[in-house]
Amino acid sequence: MADHLDALESQSIFILREAYKKFKNLAMLWSIGKDSTVMLWLARKAFFGNVPLPLVHIDTSYKIPQMIQYRDQKAKEWGLNLVVGQNKKALDEGMNHEMGRIVCCEALKTNGLTAVMEEKNYTGLILGIRRDEEGTRAKERYFSPRDKNFEWNFKDQPPELWDQFKTTFAEGTHIRIHPLLHWTELNVWEYIEREKIPIIDLYFDKGEGKRYRSLGCAPCTGSIQSTATTVSEIIEELKTVATSERSGRAQDQEDTYAMQKLRAKGYM
Amino acid sequence: MKQNGGGPSQELMRLVIVGHVDHGKSTLVGRLLADTGSLPEGKLQFTKDICDRQGKVFEFAFLLDALEEEQDQGITIDTSQIFFNTDKRHYVIIDAPGHKEFLKNMVTGAASAEGALLLIDAYEGVQEQSRRHGYILKLLGLTQVAVVVNKMDLVDYDPEVFYKIKTAYTEFLTSMGIEPKMFIPVAAKVGDNIAAKSENMKWHEGPTVLEMLDQFEKQKPKDHLPFRLPVQDVYKFDERRIIAGRVESGTLNIGDELVFSPSLKRARVKTIEAWSVPEQPKIATATQSIGVTLDEQIFVERGEVASLPEEGPIVSTTFDVNVFWMGSRHFEKGREYTIKLTTEEVECEIVEFKKVIDASTLEPLVGQNYLVKNDVAEVTLCTKRPIALDLFGTIPETGRFVIVDEYDVCGGGIVTTYSASTDKDKLRDEVRNRDFNWVKSNISSSERAYRNGHQAALILFVGESGVGKAKLAKSLEEKIFKNNFQSYLLDGRNVRLGVGADLESEVQNSKGEPLRRFGEVARLFLDAGHILISTTNVFNQEDHSDIELIIDPCPLIEIHIGEKAPSGDFDGMSLTESDAKNEKEAVNKIYAYLKEKKILTGHNYSI
Repeated sequence: MADHLDALESQSIFILREAYKKFKNLAMLWSIGKDSTVMLWLARKAFFGNVPLPLVHIDTSYKIPQMIQYRDQKAKEWGLNLVVGQNKKALDEGMNHEMGRIVCCEALKTNGLTAVMEEKNYTGLILGIRRDEEGTRAKERYFSPRDKNFEWNFKDQPPELWDQFKTTFAEGTHIRIHPLLHWTELNVWEYIEREKIPIIDLYFDKGEGKRYRSLGCAPCTGSIQSTATTVSEIIEELKTVATSERSGRAQDQEDTYAMQKLRAKGYM
Repeated sequence: MKQNGGGPSQELMRLVIVGHVDHGKSTLVGRLLADTGSLPEGKLQFTKDICDRQGKVFEFAFLLDALEEEQDQGITIDTSQIFFNTDKRHYVIIDAPGHKEFLKNMVTGAASAEGALLLIDAYEGVQEQSRRHGYILKLLGLTQVAVVVNKMDLVDYDPEVFYKIKTAYTEFLTSMGIEPKMFIPVAAKVGDNIAAKSENMKWHEGPTVLEMLDQFEKQKPKDHLPFRLPVQDVYKFDERRIIAGRVESGTLNIGDELVFSPSLKRARVKTIEAWSVPEQPKIATATQSIGVTLDEQIFVERGEVASLPEEGPIVSTTFDVNVFWMGSRHFEKGREYTIKLTTEEVECEIVEFKKVIDASTLEPLVGQNYLVKNDVAEVTLCTKRPIALDLFGTIPETGRFVIVDEYDVCGGGIVTTYSASTDKDKLRDEVRNRDFNWVKSNISSSERAYRNGHQAALILFVGESGVGKAKLAKSLEEKIFKNNFQSYLLDGRNVRLGVGADLESEVQNSKGEPLRRFGEVARLFLDAGHILISTTNVFNQEDHSDIELIIDPCPLIEIHIGEKAPSGDFDGMSLTESDAKNEKEAVNKIYAYLKEKKILTGHNYSI
């Protein structure tokens, strides 16, 4: 008898396989966080131990240092084709969060990403976003088109029914694929526990009574008060908390409609 | 957000809320969230603060409207997912909008739901989209529907109003074959009959909305239905050749024989592959995304559907469907579309409109030969090549499809009926029936091919009479035989003399039955592993495709003799008349061609 994690896994694998079949220039965004690491794990499930597509990491240069260590170590261990993107021009010009968090996210993350996509000519990009993360992501499709300017027209999205996705599109557009869209934060942790996925240890308390719940750039990512040191303790904790997952992410709080504004322009 | 409020099970039910614009869907959802304690901490205050800033009175609907645009317009643009729990289980609500323009969003939400709440405003009564959405729920196969009559506070909680709506709408739903589970009078704004029984409507003896939801039944797994595995992809990352796909229905065990449709190729399941699992699976059931390896290296492609031999799908080019249309350009005859059904994609056209229906009134639009956005129709479709499918009523997953117009998914539909209408369909059905019921020997075709040193194939000499086909055919049979291969000359005349002796002379001279008999005799020889050679040229190109259908999956190889070049899609060998005159040379050329085509592969031992 299949349980709820089997059902989530199966659906995600189906989506990953559709993406792999339909897009020649396909890449997967790996933020090093729990979601995209679970997604990478699901890709290995979908392709029977192989990862037949490049993994793109957008390095803003402000990431928490352990994230880069973890990334390079796992890339080697799992034989990944890692592509690191960085908006060097903006960094050279001194871009940082003090110039405005939304401005900084857009320059270093959104524009860093668009540059890699243009350079590598990717027409499909797989991302580990989930509907329950925040309001604008709740509106997403599994296969979500972006126009020439990478803009998301959330008012006119393709219908998506019976797992028939939009896989054909006019020249210049690209598709964002979201295999984890239907998962919740709790599901992700339950799956990490079941599959024993080696997740980065920033998520665990190391005796200081705090841990990260969501990972991003060091200056804009706060830890939460928690004594959870294991995956199962995190699961127990999640069953009782009532604060939102991204409450530690400063850019979301910058403006009432921060995420809508960022994401309409191509933010993850 | 509280994600797991200690409900007794991990069961998750997907719900959709539909209905006419402004009948109160977002308010109902906002209320459900608030009343089940499912809102994230601070969300209520956050939303109230925004309302204050924008100078608006707070409404529960605002809890959902995450996008600025929506609050400005006061409508929910798109489906979003909202989670909440009752003591029984988890729910996810897809907040489907009611604005007419947003049918594709409503469809997106409802297509993945297991139960639906259909909202009707007590004050406004049954409206255009109340009917349209009802019809589309039916087309999507979503028949678990409860009707919520909202805004009872605006009609002074008058039972008369409620019962009037109930009678009218029940009649509408039953005319489509939907039996509503329940009608519930509510006032979402103030919370009457949502989580708690209403003090204002004591006359309502039925459940509250929450109680109703807990009565919805989970979809049963489709393990008991015939097995269907549409091929999604074939992987060769390493030494394994893995057929990947999702089990849409039924159950598969290692060792089962699979038949792939339309190609009718067969092989047994050697392994069910999986990465990083405690132990390799021995069985696969419905909804699982799996990968299998086969005992024979057969060539199958995405779009084919694997089944067990005794319960195959329909294979056809022509079938009847119900469609709903979401495209801004009309759905009309004479244009080419792409149909996507499971993993198959093929061009299709409309053969005829049987009935076009205005989905807001259910009135037939007589004489209208196209379908406009938001309406539905009964249509006969024709695909460019045969595809494997089931009736929606038999196996929903393999009986539903979308229609792509240029780049966009513009329509969706279900296969309602199929009856073999063309001669080709009839022949195909006959052949498939034969193959599914064929008593198979223990010796596989690949074992025969290995022993014989060649594949089974039908070689057909074609061209005008008098160009020397018969002579060449005999020489070729001899040449192949002398090289220790199994060859046999099957002349069409010999089939007529014996197997066709009972046929009247006018039937003898027609094409249908003699051709069928020729094909079936050929098929027996091919099943025995022979290389068959024939000179029959009474059959035209169309007939050849019938013979191909009968002997499939064995190849039909044409050797054309003559000056006139064969037509464009000719896939065989061509010799001039003078080439053919030099008999020995010509036979050697054909022999070499058969080697090149891997028909003659050579013996694996010496005698």
